[in-house]
Amino acid sequence: MDFGLSDDQRLLDETMRAFLAERVPIERVRQLRDEACPLDRSIWQALAELGATGILVPEAQGGSGLSLLDAIVVSQAIGNAVTPVPFLSSAIVAPVALRALESPRKDVWLAGIAAGELVVGAGLTELFSIREQAGLRLQDGMLRGKAMMAIDACAADLILLPVGPDTLCIVERVATGVATTRLMTTDRTRCTAEVVLDAVRPLAVFEDAADAIARALDAGRIALAAEAFGACESMIDQAVRYAGQRRQFDRPIGSFQAVKHMCAEMIAELEPTRSLLWYAAHAFDAVPEESPMLAAQLLAHVSEIGREIASVSTQVHGGIGWTDEQNLHFWYKRIAGARHLLGGPELLRERAARLQSLVPAS
Amino acid sequence: MDLEYGERYEQFRQQVRRFLEEHKGKRPSGPFLEVPREELSRWLSLQIEHGYWARTIPTEYGGYGAAPDLLETVIMDEEFNRAQVSRGLNAQGPSMLVPTLLAHGTEEQKRRFVGPTLRGEVIWCQGYSEPGAGSDLASLSTSAREDGDDFVINGQKIWTSTADRADMMFVLVRTEPAASKHAGISYLLLPMDSPGLEVRPLQTMSGDVGENSFNQVFFEDVRVPQSSVVGRRGEGWKIANTTLKHERSSLSSNAEGMFLRLVRLMQGETVDGVPVIASPVYRDRLMRLQARMLTMKYHAMRMLTCSLKDESPGVAALVVKLQNCQLSYDMASLGIDAMGELGVLYDHTKYERERGYWQAQAFFALGLIIGGGTAQIQKNIIAERGLGLPREPKPAKA
Repeated sequence: MDFGLSDDQRLLDETMRAFLAERVPIERVRQLRDEACPLDRSIWQALAELGATGILVPEAQGGSGLSLLDAIVVSQAIGNAVTPVPFLSSAIVAPVALRALESPRKDVWLAGIAAGELVVGAGLTELFSIREQAGLRLQDGMLRGKAMMAIDACAADLILLPVGPDTLCIVERVATGVATTRLMTTDRTRCTAEVVLDAVRPLAVFEDAADAIARALDAGRIALAAEAFGACESMIDQAVRYAGQRRQFDRPIGSFQAVKHMCAEMIAELEPTRSLLWYAAHAFDAVPEESPMLAAQLLAHVSEIGREIASVSTQVHGGIGWTDEQNLHFWYKRIAGARHLLGGPELLRERAARLQSLVPAS
Repeated sequence: MDLEYGERYEQFRQQVRRFLEEHKGKRPSGPFLEVPREELSRWLSLQIEHGYWARTIPTEYGGYGAAPDLLETVIMDEEFNRAQVSRGLNAQGPSMLVPTLLAHGTEEQKRRFVGPTLRGEVIWCQGYSEPGAGSDLASLSTSAREDGDDFVINGQKIWTSTADRADMMFVLVRTEPAASKHAGISYLLLPMDSPGLEVRPLQTMSGDVGENSFNQVFFEDVRVPQSSVVGRRGEGWKIANTTLKHERSSLSSNAEGMFLRLVRLMQGETVDGVPVIASPVYRDRLMRLQARMLTMKYHAMRMLTCSLKDESPGVAALVVKLQNCQLSYDMASLGIDAMGELGVLYDHTKYERERGYWQAQAFFALGLIIGGGTAQIQKNIIAERGLGLPREPKPAKA
């Protein structure tokens, strides 16, 4: 019986946090938010050299072939540092989908991901929510329609585009007929785009991809929860540090029970959620039949506690926490941006209920 | 991550199952404190003989004498729960007094009390809280004045569960009135039939007078020999803290079992001819509680691993009581809401569901939120010991 991270996973965690603190400090994040696209390929390349981009890529394609629990250690560190990198789409969603597919070209793509040379965006939104007449049609080998809030699509080389729950298309971003427009969100550390397709011939079409799509979405949900969790962790750390230093009425504000109880309530939500995060990531590989429900419940729960932690830790800082200069808003917005990216909590809980046959037929 | 217990432990599990199959019919029926003492003692002695109760207590004090092994304890709990048989005697004597005596008692005290307590022959109650000393327990004022070879006790205790049925009490009293708050307390053992001691039942909001009864205990010139002190005079606070630690770890919950029961209730309960679970609003509340239940379920595995590896879980352990008690309360509250206007039915009235289980659970959980360190005290502990935030400064003396 050993529930928790292995020594290797703890070392990976330390390595990632040290690397991101040095290579992408918050000052660098501030610079990147003003770019047309915040994804900096040199950071991505450096992550590849550390082995992070290929963590889910099989060893035969130059990756390390590790488990999702290993991968989310990286996701969490990225969320903790609010780093703008396409890890969710390129290092989680894409390899999980590609591993489950049969294609002569997939080895090249997986190798490209591991090497940090290939960035793969993912337009998954229409799998769970259709707005603005979005949706894709595949007719006579040509792809038409639009995908909303496609993750990391505007800077990607390739874009994964499910057409319904069974068919998966892979298109080149620069192919004729593809138009990607970044949709600016409150969270400037993530890149989300509209992808409009006007008679595009995909690089590949997989018609029997239901399992690949479902697994990629589950993995994406767990990894997104890990990112938001990492951001929550940082916000609590910052709030506790500030409460211990900031003095009012001749004493540290953290000595007032009103303030210290806010901190206690946040950590009391966070720590048990860490245990669920670890289990859900572990179950993805070890108990896959539990994974769809756990992924939905985990992300829903992280979204709920995340909203509270983002608000309360800002309040602990008082007025300064509300300023641009204090930087706290980067974490607030990263958490808020994750809330609906792969399905909001209401939608996810209803999915979890259906998966457990708790929705009676009407 | 490895969630297997391993071959040796699975064999142990089979052994526990065989014991239960063979012997579970011998369990006396009814609440333990209401069955005849000889029957209770026979059942507990049988469990001790096979090593399923008092497993790690040395044989010379009436235990089974095995080396401590956390996974064996977990497996015994799992299997006894599965068979719906209570393991041992869940009372304050075995859970709190015995560990304290083993750590701090004299040889004579250990020989006299540990075995009979484990076998249910001596039932104990705990005399800690007072009307004026709740969260600030160390401010207690029940006094024990020295008189020859005796102490003479005067004062009052409250929240004394099972005092009406106990044979003995372990009690905190102030023996050194001149010493500082924490240094003036001693830990005494005294018989409940001592002259001058009076027990009065304390009705709680649940209306319960069954196994969860509470009492007040009044002391008027109650005499006990000075030899009934555990540890040294004036060290009672330190000694009591060993038992409080045991209380905290014994306040675990069965959140998953309660959740499954809640699902069954919402599937069976109908309004306008439709099951409550068919309502998206109620269903969403249920699913939110499931997520919280899942966090606590896997958190317990993480805490178990920390204990097995002798690693400090830090703040992660301090949040368990706060979160579990609130979760129980919230689940009971949804149970009540699922029954709508019939949710308040009580006292075994017509149409009442599950013999008032959900109301009783809500009352009980609310008591747990307050008892054993209130939620607010828990938050102080989490923030100060867990997060290193500064303590509240003491008010300046006027």
